[in-house]
Amino acid sequence: MSANNISLLRVNNLRVLVPTIAGNLQAVRGIDFNLNAGETLGLMGESGCGKSLTALALMGLLPQGSRASGEIWFQNQNLLQLNESQLCQLRGNRIAMIFQEPMTALNPVHTIGHQVAEPLRIHQQLSKRDALDRTAELLNRVGIDSSRHRIHAYPHQFSGGQRQRIMIAMALACSPDLLIADEPTTALDVTVAHKVLDLLHTLAEQNGMGLILISHDLGVMARHVQRIMVMYGGQIMEEGTTPSVLSRPAHPYTQGLMASRPHWNGQQSTYSSQSNSRPRLKNIPGQVPALHQMPLGCPFADRCTFAEYDCHRSLAPIRSLDQTHLMRCRKKV
Amino acid sequence: MSSPLVQLKQIHRRYPMPSTSLWTQPQALHALREVDLSITTGKNIAIVGESGSGKSTLARIIMALEKPDEGQVFFQGEDLHSLEPEQLRDRRQHFQMVFQDPYSSLDPRQRVETIVTEPLTGLDHITRSQRCDMAQEILSNVGLRSEDLQKYPHEFSGGQRQRIALARALITRPQLVVADEPLSALDVSVQAQMLNLMMDLQDLFGMTYLLISHDLAVVKHLCDDVCVMQKGQIVEQGSPHQLFTQPKHPCTQALVQAVTQ
Repeated sequence: MSANNISLLRVNNLRVLVPTIAGNLQAVRGIDFNLNAGETLGLMGESGCGKSLTALALMGLLPQGSRASGEIWFQNQNLLQLNESQLCQLRGNRIAMIFQEPMTALNPVHTIGHQVAEPLRIHQQLSKRDALDRTAELLNRVGIDSSRHRIHAYPHQFSGGQRQRIMIAMALACSPDLLIADEPTTALDVTVAHKVLDLLHTLAEQNGMGLILISHDLGVMARHVQRIMVMYGGQIMEEGTTPSVLSRPAHPYTQGLMASRPHWNGQQSTYSSQSNSRPRLKNIPGQVPALHQMPLGCPFADRCTFAEYDCHRSLAPIRSLDQTHLMRCRKKV
Repeated sequence: MSSPLVQLKQIHRRYPMPSTSLWTQPQALHALREVDLSITTGKNIAIVGESGSGKSTLARIIMALEKPDEGQVFFQGEDLHSLEPEQLRDRRQHFQMVFQDPYSSLDPRQRVETIVTEPLTGLDHITRSQRCDMAQEILSNVGLRSEDLQKYPHEFSGGQRQRIALARALITRPQLVVADEPLSALDVSVQAQMLNLMMDLQDLFGMTYLLISHDLAVVKHLCDDVCVMQKGQIVEQGSPHQLFTQPKHPCTQALVQAVTQ
């Protein structure tokens, strides 16, 4: 907790434009946030709400044709103004990312030892032998057998879970200051998933690494991040410390998400086998609006039970509920 | 006591591993060993376990997509794997499957109507016009409109595609629906919609679900009986309440611990 007040990343009014048939549309619509060294931040939301594009914008890896505007301050540099070679010095070195798909993110024609050692050889100019020694250490750390013949094995010789852990070893190779993990555990078993996430947040605590964890799993968020940002329609809807957001969700969208999970701790379901019907879950009606159908006002208004006339007309301002808890909604709390 | 819907007796399944050397016999992967299981009508059953524990192999064997190396599968008292191919094809209308990934389990070049009515192919008592009526009816049951019959899978969201997959499984009014991780590719709010739909349809048609899942909260919500698998064996079986409050086997304990911590 010592490194806690040093700001590592400061994002101001980040917008991402993506080209579509209907012209350039904003997929991320002006988000601001701050991340301190050693802090873990969760980015939560459904598919299509802009989580992954936000992450890619931070890495400078937006898909061709997309443009980011605003400011991304990382260690006193505005990432959006750096050229490609300057970005290359940061990527994989100071900022690293774990991608969603372990099946496609590794290069099938290189051994895993070669791939994990690559950032070490490029950024830290280690010799081949030193890099491999360090690689063995890293693989051990993520729970992969690092014996000689496994290091020289190819990605297809590993299972999905193992490949994901190899990706994590790669991302951690240069002990980055900022790690972005985009749904790092969707391909893993629950038991392995928690081990991997434990490792990530221990590293954040010990090395003062900033961690941005993207997920739509509330359980993962509750256990592994200090602060949560809930995104919807390219905007931040609610932001606050994990206990505060999860125990007192204020935005109707967050409330809906939480209510739609079947309760693990809930009482044994109250249905009787005579009536033969199980209790239904509450759900959020409708679906995420497509980019070209984004409403004028609040993107959630059409699915919201509290929506008023104004909600359909204009976006609500950001309000603070207490010092750390913010939300973008007109609803009275 | 009514006879079980499905009964598995001493199922073994081995897959040959690639040979590592010219001089040694290739080893076999024992995917299922000595599996006994019985499914009662109306009691939803869940299979949980780590990946590689044999859950999907078990589902494929119940669906008669694969033959066990040893053992028998009885569906309503008939040994599925000793039936003639035509007889088996006829029985398939009684057990259907929903797959995990709604993006790859629907043929992108077929219209929804073709996809949904495919299980009716080969059932000779059904006429063309009946097929069309049945397709419309089942589509409205899963919450889609009849215009959607003429569309292609890419025009739908993940949740809607999974509804189409469910419609395809239910069009023959099966007694057993095997669902292999039907929710894990969907968003949280859509998962709830889908889970509610699965329960609504069960009330309507009275089929039994066999759910393969790693989400214990979902299992607890939908199922009456849970089997925990590890290394090809069923290591613990019981009601969700019993298993998740007093897990006995270390494997169950690990699974429960992973969620409750």
